[in-house]
Amino acid sequence: MSVFEGFRFRRVSSPIHQLDPRVKFFYVCVMFVIAVMFNKLFPLILLFFIQMPFVWVAGVQREWIRSMRGALMFAVIIFLFNFVFTYLYTEYPQLPSMTLIEYSLSMTLRFIVLVESFSVFFLTTSPDHLGLALEQSRVPYEFCFAFTTAVRFVPVLAEEAQTIMDAQKARGLELERGSFMKRVRNYIPILIPLIVSAIRRSLELAEAMESRAWGASEKRTNLYVLKPKRPDYALALVSVLFLILAVYAWYFLPIPSLTTLLSF
Amino acid sequence: MIEVKDIYFTYPNGVEALRGLSLTIQNGEFVAIMGQNGAGKTTLVKHFNGLLKPTRGEVMVDGVNIREVSVASLARKVGFVFQNPDHQLFCETVEEEVAFALRNFGFKENAIKRRVTWALSLLGLTQYRQTSPFMLSGGERKRVALASVLAWNPKVVILDEPTIGQDYQQKEKLRQFIVQLNAQGKTVIIVTHDVEFVADCNPRVVLMAQGKTVADGVAKRILTNYDVVAEGSIVPPQIAQIFLGLEDLGLPTDLIDVYEARRVLLSSLGVSS
Amino acid sequence: MAVIETRGLTYTYPGTTRPSVEDVSISIETGEFVILTGPSGCGKTTLCRCFNGLIPHFYQGKLEGDLVVASLRVEEHPIYELARHVGLVFQNPENQLFALSVEKDVAFGLENLGMPRDEIKERVDWALRMTGIEDLRERAPHELSGGQQQRVAIACVLAMQPEVMVLDEPTSFLDPLSAQKIFEVIHDLNKKLGITVVLVEHRLDLASRYANHVIVMNERKVVLDGEPREVFNSEGARLIGVGIPKATRLYQLLKESGVHLNRVPVTSEEASQLLREVLKRD
Repeated sequence: MSVFEGFRFRRVSSPIHQLDPRVKFFYVCVMFVIAVMFNKLFPLILLFFIQMPFVWVAGVQREWIRSMRGALMFAVIIFLFNFVFTYLYTEYPQLPSMTLIEYSLSMTLRFIVLVESFSVFFLTTSPDHLGLALEQSRVPYEFCFAFTTAVRFVPVLAEEAQTIMDAQKARGLELERGSFMKRVRNYIPILIPLIVSAIRRSLELAEAMESRAWGASEKRTNLYVLKPKRPDYALALVSVLFLILAVYAWYFLPIPSLTTLLSF
Repeated sequence: MIEVKDIYFTYPNGVEALRGLSLTIQNGEFVAIMGQNGAGKTTLVKHFNGLLKPTRGEVMVDGVNIREVSVASLARKVGFVFQNPDHQLFCETVEEEVAFALRNFGFKENAIKRRVTWALSLLGLTQYRQTSPFMLSGGERKRVALASVLAWNPKVVILDEPTIGQDYQQKEKLRQFIVQLNAQGKTVIIVTHDVEFVADCNPRVVLMAQGKTVADGVAKRILTNYDVVAEGSIVPPQIAQIFLGLEDLGLPTDLIDVYEARRVLLSSLGVSS
Repeated sequence: MAVIETRGLTYTYPGTTRPSVEDVSISIETGEFVILTGPSGCGKTTLCRCFNGLIPHFYQGKLEGDLVVASLRVEEHPIYELARHVGLVFQNPENQLFALSVEKDVAFGLENLGMPRDEIKERVDWALRMTGIEDLRERAPHELSGGQQQRVAIACVLAMQPEVMVLDEPTSFLDPLSAQKIFEVIHDLNKKLGITVVLVEHRLDLASRYANHVIVMNERKVVLDGEPREVFNSEGARLIGVGIPKATRLYQLLKESGVHLNRVPVTSEEASQLLREVLKRD
């Protein structure tokens, strides 16, 4: 699915890629909080455009556009849901007001802004960088290990699934035709070998882990260490500033609604 | 008959696996496709039952272009035994497993029963008819996979790396079985890098390297030709290596079989065998 | 000094009635290159797992008899302690590499042991150098070929600097050239660093040139144990159906016909040399 394409890490280097994942995550959280704070369209549109420079500097435009395209479908669904249900609940049977439209559009844009920031995060953070950040954030090592190992085996499992499909197609299994129910049932010969293989694989992995001194020491050390540098502090500062600005705006500044904007 | 006409194949991730390869396999032939891992052997044979379609060029099976028919219809003629039997096994009993493809191909119930019995007995698995395939040993599971393919009696049988992880006796049994299949008129194609196994079988060898054929001929000739062997990145069989070391003594260099080697040496020594 | 010694070793997996290895008594000296072979199901894989403590600690079950590895009684020490003395490389290259870069994988065992960072760095560099894969340092395991993956696995085990390295059919999935490279790497480690090697293999034609000790198992017992030439040429090996090197088989066939070579060859070079001597005689 193209929406997942936008979340897959690509091995490219840019200043954004070098940033500490914890700082990037903090930035994403700040964006989330700000997005949730505002109901009106204007600040959300601002928020959407403010993040564009990150995409450009990171050089991940293509993947990002792909994830945005994928998100568009969900966005339309969210808009329709919001619009239809709120309308039926509140303003029916009068004509829908500008406020309602703005509200639904805002909900949709909030979702888009979130996808945007998470997409930039995942596109510019390698899985091992992420795993390392988790470790250093005091997440128990078992979980970090499970995470990075899972990511490491995703391409392996994908290939295996393809091989299994080939093997069963070679025995006459029909995956493209037939009724919906029949097609779902036809995936059983794919799923079972995949699951059995995953279980066997886990056993072999466990053997290998044990053989490499898993659990030897309470204090596990690490080859790599994440040290925050100046650009990290800069991003942290910028995020905090954004947050302060947003809170200030929310309390003190009158935010023009869509109706006011359109009447210009 | 399988005809491969100047095919190219590039995977979706951009890797060009086949680069202009042409080949003809007649009915009833016994062919070993050899080469190092990554040469494109499995990619090539996956075209024979339509799992892959060439990005350029054509593949014809019995006069029919593989692009025009479904994998299921090609599979009826071309049986493919995959390297890892665990990629195919999913049924509750061995019987179900062997019957699976027969059901897919639309055989009638009594025909299915007959064929399952026949396939199981052919591979010495009759006692496991009601056993779960997951309870069997590695070698037994390989036999179940083989039985499930032979059950529908395809004209062509492709075996992808059948000797991996097998001990000497298992390989011997397999070799005899393959020779028997071929004697019954089936076209047998094995994809392998096991030179000693091929030396014992002496089939036609198609040696591949980097998506092209490097050599095509009788095993004896190919596996003893050192330039060709180096190009294909394989290792010559031990008997061939031994006789290369004796080249200057005027002995024949195209030997790969240990019994023939003995015969040649004895006659050279003037001893009757 | 025996680095691995067993006496009457018998092990039964939990939930089974018959033992998977029975009454195994072997002795492996420091610095030896041992080949452990035998038909499928003979117990060699089980025996490997006894050497580093996976049996009995990971698999549980019933272990009887004596098992001493690097002067440690295996039942009395946890796997992570034994891992510092005995490394185990498995058959499937893919399923023993967990990290997203080769460097991190090689460091894995050392990180588990809680070593300081600079020591980890040093050992990782050293292990990559010894196995000739320094250029693969930053690569992800999935991008590597089977042969490269196995060299990484060897480096991962080597980094912990064990006295013994056990390899369970490491070349099963590899083509002959890659298999040869692996054997050369292992042989190198054996010669240069004095690491005792226990190699489980079927491909005797490629591996036997490096061994100085061969152990053959059949039906859960050790049936042959000795010098490679003796073992391969023995009646026992023939009866069990061990896939002896063709050079040795040729020697046997010639002997049957009354032609005697001066020695039992195991490699093609030896056979050529010995045949030359015989042919020149006439």
